[in-house]
Amino acid sequence: MPQITEITKAGSQRELEMYFGPQHLGMVGNFSITLKVKGDRVLKATANPGYLHRGFEKLMEYRTWIKNFPLVCRINVVEPDSMEMIYAMGVEKLSGLEVPERGHYVRSIFLELARIGSHLFGLWAYANMLGFDTVAQWAMYHRDLVLDLFEELTGGRVYHIYIWPGGVRRDFPKGFKDKIVKTLHSIGSCVPDYDDTFFNNRLFYDRAHGIGRLSQEQAKKLGATGQTLRATGMKYDIRKVEPYAAYDRVEWEVPTREEGDAYSRVLVIRDEMIESVHMVFKLLDAMPDGPVYNRMPNPFKWKIPPGEAYVRCESSRGELGLYMVSNGGDKPYRAHFRTPSYTHGLIILEKALENASIADVGNTMISLYVVAPEIDR
Amino acid sequence: MAKPSILSPFKAIRFLFHKPKTLRYPFEKKEPALRCRGFHLNDWGKCTGCGNCADICPNEAIVMIEIPEIEPKPGIKNERPRLDYGRCCYCGLCVDICPPGALRLSRDYFHIHFDTDTFTFVPKDQDNDNETFLPAEDYSILKASLSHRRKNYEGFTSDLDYALFEPERVSMPEVPAEERKMSFIEQVIGYNKAEAKKEAARCLECKLCEDACPAHLKISDYINAIYEDKPDESLKKIFEDNPIPAICGRICMKYCESACSLSIRGEALAIRWLKRYVSDSIADYKRALELKTPPPTGKKVAVIGAGPGGLSLAYFLVLKGHKAVVFDALDGGGGMLRIGPPSYRLPIESIDKDVNHIASLGVEFRFNVKIGTDVLFEDLLNDYDAVYLGIGTCLSRSTGVKNAEKCVLALDFLMDNKIGELAKVGKEVLVIGGGNVAMDVAREAIRLQQMQYPGEKTVTRTISLEDWDKLPATKEEIEESKEEGIEFNPAWGPKEVALDTEGKIKGLQCKKVKSVFDEMGRFNPSFHEDQEMFLDADMIIEAIGQGPDFSFIPEEMKKNMDFTERRKVKVDENGQTSLPKVFAGGDIVNLNLDAVTAIADAKAAAEGIDKLLVSNKTEVLKPSSTR
Repeated sequence: MPQITEITKAGSQRELEMYFGPQHLGMVGNFSITLKVKGDRVLKATANPGYLHRGFEKLMEYRTWIKNFPLVCRINVVEPDSMEMIYAMGVEKLSGLEVPERGHYVRSIFLELARIGSHLFGLWAYANMLGFDTVAQWAMYHRDLVLDLFEELTGGRVYHIYIWPGGVRRDFPKGFKDKIVKTLHSIGSCVPDYDDTFFNNRLFYDRAHGIGRLSQEQAKKLGATGQTLRATGMKYDIRKVEPYAAYDRVEWEVPTREEGDAYSRVLVIRDEMIESVHMVFKLLDAMPDGPVYNRMPNPFKWKIPPGEAYVRCESSRGELGLYMVSNGGDKPYRAHFRTPSYTHGLIILEKALENASIADVGNTMISLYVVAPEIDR
Repeated sequence: MAKPSILSPFKAIRFLFHKPKTLRYPFEKKEPALRCRGFHLNDWGKCTGCGNCADICPNEAIVMIEIPEIEPKPGIKNERPRLDYGRCCYCGLCVDICPPGALRLSRDYFHIHFDTDTFTFVPKDQDNDNETFLPAEDYSILKASLSHRRKNYEGFTSDLDYALFEPERVSMPEVPAEERKMSFIEQVIGYNKAEAKKEAARCLECKLCEDACPAHLKISDYINAIYEDKPDESLKKIFEDNPIPAICGRICMKYCESACSLSIRGEALAIRWLKRYVSDSIADYKRALELKTPPPTGKKVAVIGAGPGGLSLAYFLVLKGHKAVVFDALDGGGGMLRIGPPSYRLPIESIDKDVNHIASLGVEFRFNVKIGTDVLFEDLLNDYDAVYLGIGTCLSRSTGVKNAEKCVLALDFLMDNKIGELAKVGKEVLVIGGGNVAMDVAREAIRLQQMQYPGEKTVTRTISLEDWDKLPATKEEIEESKEEGIEFNPAWGPKEVALDTEGKIKGLQCKKVKSVFDEMGRFNPSFHEDQEMFLDADMIIEAIGQGPDFSFIPEEMKKNMDFTERRKVKVDENGQTSLPKVFAGGDIVNLNLDAVTAIADAKAAAEGIDKLLVSNKTEVLKPSSTR
């Protein structure tokens, strides 16, 4: 009879195949990772998507330009607004439809609110996963306050169906500016509490520090964008590089960190939220009067001249792109999304998980802010 | 960032003593936002059943279902949207496309039921459904469902600034009033290609117009062909139901535009002007249409009257291989349209364009021939296989007041100006009548005054029995007449034409109208005999309506001809009168008294005549219900 210690010793030397997800408490959604482990070290991680394939891109080829508008937001439940934005930008580029100046401001404000909402949701996921339940509850509550704003502006809490080709669907209701300011102040006033309980919490620091570290070279080579790239010290943000909406109308900073690990990624998210709040205040001050929407053509007869367009915007997770082709018809001939989670969740995740401990798999994945529905589409 | 600390999280302990932020539903309630996109509301009173909501729905959650209780009318279908909440994604595109703004979303969003069929339902609103929509005191959140909803709970509603349709029409270029009243130049200039395409792009393709048009033109199709820049296709679609587009594109009564769903909250699609654009942009109909006429059947049909009805009938018969011979007392085609509508609305060239095309298909025209004098009606019956009466109402009525014989009759005046020599007008012209013919007469008179008395002070007035709100002329005509400087005297009736010592017209003694119709709704004007007014005039033109002239029909035949209670010729659904082989249509048959209804009558009669000629009988086989 071998001794128990010998069994564990032998076991720790054996290679095992493990499935992380799709049913796993630490999993972000319908996504899984196949791990080859030895002891508690990951030898190789293989991302295994496909649980959430809904065929959006094909579906879009069968729907008229207007009918795609309520559809695209559903690609990503966490931050549907950047999806709406990218589709509207694509249609506007193909058809030459102009957006009024105020429309640009409303779009920017709306997208920044969405970014705050999305980051809070991400914060909830991260805190929840690591067992910081209090912080998770706070983040969820504060996200709800942002959703209240969305409900008032658009009539929907999650799927806003608001940014459409030509501008936005409705102007601010009466007194909405003050409500935004009030809500953002109440969220912003809690930043010290978040710092104390989460960002500056030694427990969290120890869990996140040094996890999933990427060098700037690696990040660039693997196609990282968003916080994943900015956490390696690179100032790269589509809002600055290729400004859209009203992002070039006000002054703002791109927050970065140097270490390139999970902890710095989270800190970039934190700083980004604060920067977004300031940006919204500046945009609200600078916002001109006027229309917010230039009427799009009759949706039943709308045909867009042949052409192709690649447009991109900075979603809360990184660069979001849309390549769309029109062959002169009433529907897109082809639409393809470049979603940040695709690179982050498939390529970078596999790289970042090399030699990680099993306990840090979920930790790493969430620090990369992988949103499964974006990968599959 | 400060150095991470193990102690700092303990600061959060103080939140233990704060009031919880969580909402304890349902004891603590949260009102949905005012724009909340919940369940649908539909105002059945406004809904036209156009089906645009069903067309735009990205999830096919809306189907139009027939509601038998609703009486369909021109511009209103008896269909209403039915929602399937298994499919609806609450995007609200249906709200933004709804032309009347009837469909809205409410702030209700609860429905729990074991029966999945309850998730499909036909929305109404509180004005149409008192059982579902309850006041706050009767409403309970615990019972909330599609059949238990709250009153006054509007959510996401329509806003014209964000509507998915364009409510404003592409403005039609016109000659300004000051310039046009100096001559008979055509007032409406017509759309160019870009304008026509832009206007055609507004069409929502709901086809309410097609139901409203008496001739049921395929409006949606021909508008779409204009949008796609295929005028030939468009003309082909028009010619399926209407062979005189250059005429109808100018003077049609456009029932279609009154029914247009865009007209409810905006301006109707300019269907008439678009038809005109097609006919004007194609110089040679024949080349564009590529019509093929079948081999001749050897049958001959006499058509009396080359008006819109006669022209159309001849066209439809030729397409069936029958020979059509059209008789008319005037020197060209068009009938009443040749003499009635002034040149600034319908130039002779446009009429001739349509007539010449029909002639080029093999229709024989015999102009300057008056039936009853030049050719006898009996001879036509003997020589032809069928006869069509498209004679219209060509006799002007007179007021019959004292000295009325000194006045000029409207049709004589109009005819002289259009196809004869321009009439000599007075400096003070008075037109009796408030209909479209009266407007035509007055507007021609003001032009002639400008031409005959340049720089002198002249005036043209009208008097009419009807008051402002009841004037029979169209709003456009009244507006344009006002622009040109015509003075209106509504609610005044003629009493006596006053003459001077030489027997020339001095003016008109008028009396104030009490009411135009009696209690039974019949035309029977009554007057305030004590309120009188004298209008100076050196020329008075009577434009109070026209009647038909049946004098060419021999008396014994006329006795056998049936008339309706409204003194119209009685025809069956084939357009056949009570006389064998004799068909009729147009103003002598219908109450609309316009060109497009005459075309519709002619189309029905062409079918009837074809049936008769093919069956070789003297009557169409199945004489059924009369109209």
